[in-house]
Amino acid sequence: MGIQNGQVPFAHLINATFGTSLHHFGWTVPAVLAVALTALIMVLLAFLIEKLVLQHLVGQEPIILFMATIGLAYFLEGLGDVMWGADIKALDVGLPQGISDGIEAVTGQWFGYGFFIDRLDLWATLIAAMLVAALVAFAQYTKQGRAMRAVADDHQAAMSVGISLRFIWVMVWSIAGFVALVAGIMWGTKSGVQFSLSLIALKALPVLMLGGFTSIPGAIVGGLIIGVGEKLFEFTIGPMVGGATENWFAYVLALIFLVFRPQGLFGERIIERV
Amino acid sequence: MIYREAGDFKTSYRDDSQTFPIRLDRWGYYAIMAVAFGIIPFVINDYWANAVLVPFLIYAIAALGLNVLTGYAGQVSLGTGGFMAVGAYAVYKLMTSFPDVSIVIHILLAGGITAGVGVLFGLPSLRIKGFYLAVATLAAQFFLVWLFNKVPWFYNYSASGQITSPTRTVFDQAVTGPAATAPAKYLICLVFAFALAWLARNLTRGSLGRKWMAIRDMDIAAEIIGVNPLRAKLSAFAVSSFFIGIAGALLFAVYLGAAEVGEAFGINKSFLVLFMIIIGGLGSIFGSFAGAAFLVLLPVLLKNFLVGNMGWPTDLAAHIELMIVGALIVTFLIVEPHGLARLWRLAKDKLRLWPFPH
Repeated sequence: MGIQNGQVPFAHLINATFGTSLHHFGWTVPAVLAVALTALIMVLLAFLIEKLVLQHLVGQEPIILFMATIGLAYFLEGLGDVMWGADIKALDVGLPQGISDGIEAVTGQWFGYGFFIDRLDLWATLIAAMLVAALVAFAQYTKQGRAMRAVADDHQAAMSVGISLRFIWVMVWSIAGFVALVAGIMWGTKSGVQFSLSLIALKALPVLMLGGFTSIPGAIVGGLIIGVGEKLFEFTIGPMVGGATENWFAYVLALIFLVFRPQGLFGERIIERV
Repeated sequence: MIYREAGDFKTSYRDDSQTFPIRLDRWGYYAIMAVAFGIIPFVINDYWANAVLVPFLIYAIAALGLNVLTGYAGQVSLGTGGFMAVGAYAVYKLMTSFPDVSIVIHILLAGGITAGVGVLFGLPSLRIKGFYLAVATLAAQFFLVWLFNKVPWFYNYSASGQITSPTRTVFDQAVTGPAATAPAKYLICLVFAFALAWLARNLTRGSLGRKWMAIRDMDIAAEIIGVNPLRAKLSAFAVSSFFIGIAGALLFAVYLGAAEVGEAFGINKSFLVLFMIIIGGLGSIFGSFAGAAFLVLLPVLLKNFLVGNMGWPTDLAAHIELMIVGALIVTFLIVEPHGLARLWRLAKDKLRLWPFPH
C-alpha cells in the first residue's frame, strides 16, 4: 500500500515485529487487547513519521524517500532492540496451529495419500485473501482510496485539487502498519519474533516490480509468479547448484524481466519528457 | 591574511583550475599528507591501525567508488557488498594461484575483475532507472554472495568455507597474513586510498565526470546534447566497481585476514557504504572520506564512551548505535541532503568573508 502512494514499505515489517513484541512485557495482557493496542501504536507511529520525516520530504524523488525509509528502518530496529532485546521471541495470540487432520483425511481419500498442511498456513491464506480483497475495494471504490491514488500519481496535482497530503500519508502509513501487524503476527506465530524480519520485507520489492507498481492485481500475480517460481526453481535446478537459490531468485527474475518490460506486467507505461 | 584569495596570483589556466585554489587549503592538504605519510607510520600501534585507520581508509575507497556511481552518475546501487566480495575472492584466488606475483598487482587485477562484473550488472541500468535500478542491483548483492558461498572453487575447497589470506610482502615487509605489522597495513591502504582519491578527483572533473553528471541530472536531456548513455553509464559502473573491488580486496587481505562471505560482505555492508556517502555528501570526494571517517569512528567512540565509561552492556550500545545511524540518515536527508561535505564548504565560505561578512 505504501508503494501505491509513491513510498516504499521497507520499514513496515519492522513495525510489525515492533508491534508483536508488545506482549512480552512484565505483565501479561490478553492477546486481543494487545493487538488492539499495537494497532493504536501503529497509528501513532504513522502520525509521528508523517510529522517528523515525510512532511519535510514532500516532492522529493522516490529514491530519496526510499533511503529515508531505510534510515527509519534502522532507527526502529535499534529502538525495538533497546526496548525488548534482540533475542527471538515466541508469539502465540491464539491462532490455530498444527497439522490439519480434516484436509489430510479428505486428500487422502482423493489421491490415495494425504497432504500435510499446517492449520496456521490455511488461516494465513484466508486472512491474506480477505485483506487483499478489502484493500482493492478500498483503493478502487472509496473516496479516500481515490485520493490516495491521486497522491501516488503526483503530489502537486493532488494538492491543487484539494487533497490533504498529510491526512493521506498518515492514513497510508496506518494502513501499512496495520497490514504489517497482521503479517507480523502470522509470521511471528510461525517462526518467532525477531528483527531480521526486515530482510523478508525487502523481497516484497521485486514482487511489486514484477507485477508493476500502481496495480494491485499485478502485486498478486507477481507474488504468485515469484513464490511458485522460486520453489520450483529450488526444486528442479537447486540440487544441481548447491541449493539455497531462494535467496536471489526473486531479484534476478525481476532484474531480467524488467530489462524487457521496465514497467512490469501490469504497470502503466512509463513516459519520459525532457 | 588567513584564508583569502587575495595576493594568491594565478598566471595560467592550470593554476586557475587546481583542486585547492586557496593557499591555506593547499598548505593544509600538504600538511595532512605529510603527517599521514611521514609521521603516522612511525607512531601507529595495533589498536589504532585495526580499530580506526585501516578500516577508515578501506571504507573511504569503497565510499569513493559508490560515490562515483551514485553521487556523480546518479545510479543508485545496493550491490556494494556483493562487488566487494568479488574483489576479495578475486584477490584470494590470484594470491593462491600465483604466489610469486606482487600483491599490489593482484589487488589491481582484482579491481579489474570487479569492474568487469560491475559492467555486467550495470547493463540493465540502460533500461531500468532510479528506484527500480536500486532493487535490481540487489540481485547482484544476493546472487554474488550466494555464488561465493556455494561454489567451492572460489574458496579452494576449504572445509570451513572461509578464505584466509596467506602472507605476502611488499618491499620485504609483510602486508597480509598474521605477520603483518600495523605500519605496513596502514601504509598499503594509505597508498591505495591516496592514489584512488587522486584518480577519482581527476576523473570527475574531466570530460568523463561531466558526462556522468549530465546523465545524473537528466539522462534523456544528456542524450540529446550528445552524451552516449551506454558509455557514460557503463564507464561509471566500471570505475565504481574497480574502486569497490580494491576496497573489498584490501578489506579481506589486509584488514580481516579471514572472511566468510555472508558475514563480511552481506547486505548490511551495502547499506553501510550507502549511508557513508549520504552522510558524507553525494557527489563529493571529500564527502566520501568524511562519511567513512564518521561511520567508522562513531561505533568506536560510542563503545568507548558507553561501555568503557558508563559500563553499559555491549549489545545495548550496538542497538543505540543503530538508532543513532538511522536517525542521522533521516536528519541528513531532510536538513542537508549534500551531507558533511556541504557543511564543510559552508564553513569555508563563511571563513573567507570573516570577519566582515556582507
